Parts: sequence; structure tokens; C-alpha cells
Amino acid sequence: MSSNRSLEPSSLSLNDLPWQIRYSNDRCTLCGQCTAVCPVQAIELKVFQKRMVKISIQQDTPHSNQYDTFYGIRQKTRVENACIGCAMCTMVCPNDAIAPVKNPGLDRLKFHINQKGIPRRRGGRRNSSQSILDRIKFTRISMLTDPALDAGRHEFEMRTLLGRVLSPRENMKRLKEKGWIPPVREIYPLIIGGMSFGALSPSMWEGLQMGVAYLNEEMGMPVRICTGEGGCPPRLLRSRFLKYVILQIASGYFGWDEIIHAIPHMKEDPCAIEIKYGQGAKPGDGGLLMWHKVNKLIAAIRGVPPGISLPSPPTHQTQYSIEESVAKMLQSMSMAWGFRVPVYPKISASSTSLAVLNNLTRNDFASGLAIDGEDGGTGAAYTVSMDHMGHPIASCIRDNYLNLIKIGKQNEIPIFAGGGIGKNGNLAANAAALIMMGASGVQIGKYVMQAAAGCVGTEEDRCNVCNVGICPKGITSQDPRLYRRLDPEDVAQRIVDLFISFDTELKKIVAPLGRSTSLPIGMSDALGIDDHAAAQRLSIKYVV
Amino acid sequence: MCRLFALTSKDPVSPMLAIKALDVMKEGHDGSGMGLLLQDLGGPFEEMKEAPILSGIFSEEGIRRLDLFMMDKGFLTKYKITLKVPKKSVPGIPKRDLYLIRAYELPEDWDTLEPDEISQRLMMILLKIREMGEEKKDMMVFSFWPDTIMIKEIGDPMQLADYLGLDRKELNARIIMAQGRQNTNYAINLYACHPFFINGYCTMTNGENTAFIPIKDFLSSRDFPGYMGYQSDSEVFAHILHYAMVGLDMGIDAYKHVITPLQEKDLQQHPDAPFLAHLKRTCRPLIIDGPNCVIGTLPDHSLFMVQDRKKLRPGVVGGKAGLFGFSSEICGLDAVIPDRDTTKDIQPMHIDTAIVSPDRQEVKICRQTEALNLPL
Ligand code: SF4
Ligand code: SF4
Repeated sequence: MSSNRSLEPSSLSLNDLPWQIRYSNDRCTLCGQCTAVCPVQAIELKVFQKRMVKISIQQDTPHSNQYDTFYGIRQKTRVENACIGCAMCTMVCPNDAIAPVKNPGLDRLKFHINQKGIPRRRGGRRNSSQSILDRIKFTRISMLTDPALDAGRHEFEMRTLLGRVLSPRENMKRLKEKGWIPPVREIYPLIIGGMSFGALSPSMWEGLQMGVAYLNEEMGMPVRICTGEGGCPPRLLRSRFLKYVILQIASGYFGWDEIIHAIPHMKEDPCAIEIKYGQGAKPGDGGLLMWHKVNKLIAAIRGVPPGISLPSPPTHQTQYSIEESVAKMLQSMSMAWGFRVPVYPKISASSTSLAVLNNLTRNDFASGLAIDGEDGGTGAAYTVSMDHMGHPIASCIRDNYLNLIKIGKQNEIPIFAGGGIGKNGNLAANAAALIMMGASGVQIGKYVMQAAAGCVGTEEDRCNVCNVGICPKGITSQDPRLYRRLDPEDVAQRIVDLFISFDTELKKIVAPLGRSTSLPIGMSDALGIDDHAAAQRLSIKYVV
Repeated sequence: MCRLFALTSKDPVSPMLAIKALDVMKEGHDGSGMGLLLQDLGGPFEEMKEAPILSGIFSEEGIRRLDLFMMDKGFLTKYKITLKVPKKSVPGIPKRDLYLIRAYELPEDWDTLEPDEISQRLMMILLKIREMGEEKKDMMVFSFWPDTIMIKEIGDPMQLADYLGLDRKELNARIIMAQGRQNTNYAINLYACHPFFINGYCTMTNGENTAFIPIKDFLSSRDFPGYMGYQSDSEVFAHILHYAMVGLDMGIDAYKHVITPLQEKDLQQHPDAPFLAHLKRTCRPLIIDGPNCVIGTLPDHSLFMVQDRKKLRPGVVGGKAGLFGFSSEICGLDAVIPDRDTTKDIQPMHIDTAIVSPDRQEVKICRQTEALNLPL
């Protein structure tokens, strides 16, 4: 732009962008790989001109100019081409000539990203790396008074229960009378939470399923994975691996036609059914699969036409009151599998979660409650929902668990925590803290994408373009050119790495606390935090 | 680590026997307290097996309040033992006004009550006295139950026995449980002193129960007023025992399945696999953890010992027909029953429950892998 031209309101300079490209002309060989790989065409090959003034020392020779033309990479400043910091350019550059750098100042892109009146939508999670979970320490070490347990040598039983557990007396009574006892699964306490086929690419989904099957069948770890709202590939529905899968039904009911029709052909019951009422990343908002990602395959599995956006309604259409609709849905889903499969709701953490829980305690068909906190991830949502809506997971889990203790049902309805667990990489510590505050297990999603597939998304708003099908890692894209980058076998291998190392770390946490015989659910005396108010709020120790 | 000694004898014996054992195992306790349970009593109490005996420590004011309270409830004193303490105080032993061991006549209108109702009422009275005592700090009560005496005090066991004059015929008993305390986790508080008694069930433990909080939370929410206290993490062992046997109507062979259930593989092979799977699930919050050796007694006067899942604590059972000892260390057993056949000593392992039944003829080992006597 020249200095005497008028400006458009959304004309930005490099300084206004959140991510800036550092490019070194000396090292660039102009191979063009970076421009080809960039998911948002943030960079282009440009011709630059350089002027050199030649001063003459001869009196009779006039001074002159020499113009040199050269090629290089230029960053675009248009809103739609703003660099997302994914660093794919860095990854492909053979000469380390290019890299994105976070703008150390305040970027202005936020104010212009709503072009054509459409607010920003994105994938990822709340853009904040703060975590109360990271600040919780395990302070009750048994080592000095008693023989310590050896995480490597001793026997550990680190499993949890998914399903409605009756009180010991009621259970005995029903055993005696041969009454109905709700189904309960013994599973690993780290669950891969709902990420749909559609939100995830086929390579990613396949890799996850393979990894889970391997963990179960070769490593003896009863790891479970939830489908998310997007149905389930027909072959998986009819395979023996279905028992490792939690089928999710949500307000769009996508894929459920296929699932219901497959029931008579199922060799195994699914592990459980998760009814999604809410999601931590976007409480009160339904699922969203944008048209970019709805190709033929996805459309077929979901039972919809291809190429259209698939927003699920904020809530189940049948719902007008919790007593009536949740109870009915729990019951009908239980009935569909002959009351052999646990069915539980998933809700977003909220100050109203307790009401849901209290309602569930009175319903034998409720097999648990999954609560997703404000830091939960998503494939697509409005930024405003992600960044500003929702409730932190720690206090929500704690409130719910303490409430269960009050009514003596702490073992009867397992609570599963999700949302931001391991968001700064401290997966086992975060999970153990939540378990000791009362969760029966935890669900992870974003962490799985990061650890098992190399998702580059961060809470510094890096990448996060999962919604539009251009995922540079091929994790959340339906474009074969992109998802071919991801080898399902490699993903499976990383899933196994993730769970095995988590298991060791979990033991390294519980062993010094003197725990090995059972998962230390509700062992809150082991926890401390360096914040007085937080300690009080969570009913744990204040330690400084 | 505390030191434990329990014995079960055909003929009533002096509590000094058990205290002698504690004295031999002295290096393991620090004089921070002793707890004593006497059951299946000889002496004068032999004649009044139905009369509940109140055991506790009272101040002058406390005893006045107790008398008023008991009178009001319709209880009349039937018999009492006064423990006379020397005028001169002994360092390390607190000065108290009165150690009470008093048997009561049940109120007349209780005659028609079912045994369950009587237990419930006795428990409620004990809890009430405890509450009153805690309010004014003038009474501490340890048990209120027929044929049962409990003595707890701070101090070295041998010194205490001298001081309280425990070597007297009236205190002879057929079941004796004694613990010398090693104070580690909690401030000295007599309510934290083992053994713990609830409605005929009593346990003492050598160890650290790391799963204490979830277990306490579970028991406290069972809607059973006796599940309270918990000044010590070991108190839950007695309450779990009570819950398993009274609340769930199971036998002692199931206790181990509640506190340290079998792991999946062994469970599958068990003859009662389906029942045990349900038990493990529903009683999950009662699973104990950490190193623990538990010795306990049942209302029928059986004595038993169990270990934690990894058997991290020592514990031995041995003796001869008519007299068996349960000890945390072998030297304790040697001191009390030196003439036993030591090759028959048993150190219960991680899946064992060692039981000596009231006939006192042999040590029975009940393995967790064996079939259960089920209530079904
Ligand atoms: S960091 Fe990513 S978005 Fe930015 S220029 Fe490089 S490839 Fe393009
Ligand atoms: S790498 Fe893919 S999955 Fe990760 S934030 Fe970027 S677009 Fe989303």
C-alpha cells in the first residue's frame, strides 16, 4: 500500500498479526515447500527489489544506482491468510530458513476476524494455559513410617468401575432374589473421550482403534474409547472390538440409524452408551461439523447428504425436563441392549451439575456421570463459547463427589472428569489429582491428539483450524492429501506409549502414598495446594 | 509400628500375660498408650453374662453426671470393680479421678426387646455418654457391652499394669487383646488407642491404613450412628468387620474379601466368583491399603488375624490346645507360651485368615481362594 492511499478498516500490518514469519533470505533455496504446505496460504513467493547507490570517485563519472532483483518469501497480512503459527513451514524447510514467531506485542487480528459478520469459529480449547490441577501436589507420603511400595515391582490394581453400582445391601438382596443388577464394566481409569469419526480423519480414527485394541488384547489394559457424536463405521459395529467402544449419542443423533440397525448383528455389546447433553468447550451448544469435512464417507456413516454443515441442536429435541427426558433416554438406551449395557450422561461442568447428579442418583438406569470442564477441547465451536463459557472441572468434580458422600452414594454413581486434563503435559498428575478429589476416572481428547498424532495446537492460540478440514497434521481433516500424512500404525504405537507411560506415572504417584490395592478415589487427604482459597474450596490441605 | 498381643484361653487368665508379651516387644512401642480388651470374663462377671459393662475414665463431676444419666435411663448398678491407683503419681501416666468398670442391670422394660434392638440401644447410650463427655471433658467411654471390659490409658504397659493393679482375679478373662502404642500419625488421644470395639466386634491393628479417608467417608454415610470417631485410621477395621458381618450378614471368611479382594485372575477361578465380583464392586470403598496386620475378635469369642494384600507386617499365631496367642512378634508369643510346638506356628499370608474358634483346639487357616460359607 502506498502512503497516500486510503486504508480499509481491516488492513493489517505484519505487526497486527498474532504470528509473524521470520525468514532468512540467505538460507532459502526457493524450493517452495513452505508455501505448498502452509494450510492457510499465509506465505507466498515474491519478487523483491534492492537498490544500491554507486558513488563514483571519478569526477567525470556520475553517481549511479544499481537495481538488484531477488526472490523470497513474504507473509500475507489479509485476515483470511493470517499465519496460524503451525510451523509446518519450519518443518518442511530443508535449510531452517523460516519459522513463525509469536507476536510479542498485542495483535489486532481478533478485531477483524469476524469478516462478513461471522464470528470466529475454531477448534482446540480455551486459550489459557492456567491450570489449578497443575498446582495440586501429593503431600501425604507414607515412606517414612512404613515400607514403601515399589511402582516397578509390586502388584497394583489401578482399575475403575463404569456402571451403576448398587449399595452392598441392595446388591445382595437382588442377588438373592435374582433381581436386575445394573451392568458394570471394570475399565482403565484413563478413557479416550468422544472424538467423532468426521471430526477426526480416517487415519486418526483407525490408529486410535488399533491402539486401543492392542492395549486390551496384548497389554491386558482395559482401555476404552468413546466414539463422539458421529456414529461408528459399520465394520467396527459388527466386530468383536466393539466391546472396547463407548458409543455416544448426542442431540444430532448422527449415525444412530446405522447403529440401531446393526444391533441384531453385533457380536459383542459395546462397553457403554454415553448420552451427550453438553460439552465443556461449548456449554449449551451442540456439536458442529462444518461442510468442509462432510465428504461422502462421513455423510454415509452419519446418514446425511454430503457437503453441508452439520450443527447439532443445543439440546436433545425430546427434552423438556430432566426428570422426564433424561430418565426416558437412559431407559430406552438401556432397553435397546437388553439392560446389559451401562448408559450414562455426559454434561458440561456447570454450577447446575449438582442438580443433574441428584436426579441421577434416583435412577437405577444411570450408570455414571461424565462431566466436561471449561478446558475441554472441540473440533469446532465459536471462540466466544470456548474462551468464556463453562466451569472449571476441579471444583465441579469435588462438589459432586462431596454431595455423593453426603447421601452415601459415592460408590454408586461413578463420576468421570474431562476437560483440560494434561493440558500442560502433566497428564498423570492431573488425572491422579482428580481421582483423589473423587473422580472414578478421566477422559482425555486433546491430549491424545497431541501425544499420539502430533497435534500442534496450543493454548497460545496456535493452529486451531481443526474445524475447516485443513489440519496440517492430518488429524482432523477429511482431505486424503492431508490425512495421508498420518500413518495409523504410528498413531496406534503412540497410543500404546501414552497409556503405558501413564500407567507407570500413576503408580509412581500412588505408591509413595501407600496405595496399590485399589484406585485411590476420594483420597483427598493426600492432596495439597499453595492457595488458601482454592484449598478451602476444594476441601484439601493448604500447603506452602 | 505398634505391638499387638492377643490370647484366647480355655480357662480365664490374668491380663498380665498379655502385658508381659507387650513388655517383651517393648522396642516397638513408646509408652504413648496401652489398650486392653477383656472378654469371655471369669471371676464375678462369669455370673452376669447378660449385664452390659461400662468401661471408661471419669472425673468426679463426670461420674456424678453419669449416675444421673444412667438412673434416668433405668439402669441400676449390678457390680463394679474399682481400680485403686497409688496416691503418688507416676511420670508419663496422667492423673485421673476414676477408672470405671461397672456392670448394669438392664432396665425392666427392655425384657421384651429383641437382641438387635438391645444392641442398638446400648450403642446409642454409649454414644450419648461419649458425646456428653466430650462436651465437658469429664468422661471417656470405651465400651458398654455384656461380658466386655476395656481399659485404655497413656503410659508404658508394664508401668500401667502396676499402677492400675491389673493383676487381680476379677479381671481374668478367656479373651485378651492388648496393644502397646507407637504414636506416629496422630496426637495422643485415648479414643485413638486400639483396640476398637463396636457391638461385640473388636479389632486392633499394626500399621497404617492409607485408604482411611474414602473408607471413613463410606462408613460415615451408612446411616449407622456407631460408625463414628475415627481419631485413628485403624478404627475403620472394626467397623468394616461389623458392617460385613452384621450389615451384610456374612461370615468371618468374607472379611478378607471385603478389605483386600482377590485380583481379577484369582477371582475368576474362585468357586464363588460371581458373588465375590459383586462383593468387590459394591464394597470397593472398603478396600484397605498400606501395611496392616489386623487382629480381631467376634461376638462368639473367635479370635482371628489377617494381613494386608501384600503382607507388609509381621504377625504370628501359635499355641497349644486350650491356649493360643496372636502376636505381632514371635518373641511376644515365646514369652507367653514358651512350651508350644513352634513348628506349628503360623504366620498368615496375604490371602489367609487365621482363626481360633471358641473351642480353642487349633488354628484354622481360611484361604481367600477357598469356597465361602455364603449367606445366600
Ligand atoms: S507457520 Fe503455518 S501458517 Fe504460518 S506460514 Fe508457516 S505453515 Fe503457514
Ligand atoms: S494440528 Fe490439526 S488437530 Fe491440531 S490444532 Fe492444528 S488443525 Fe487442529
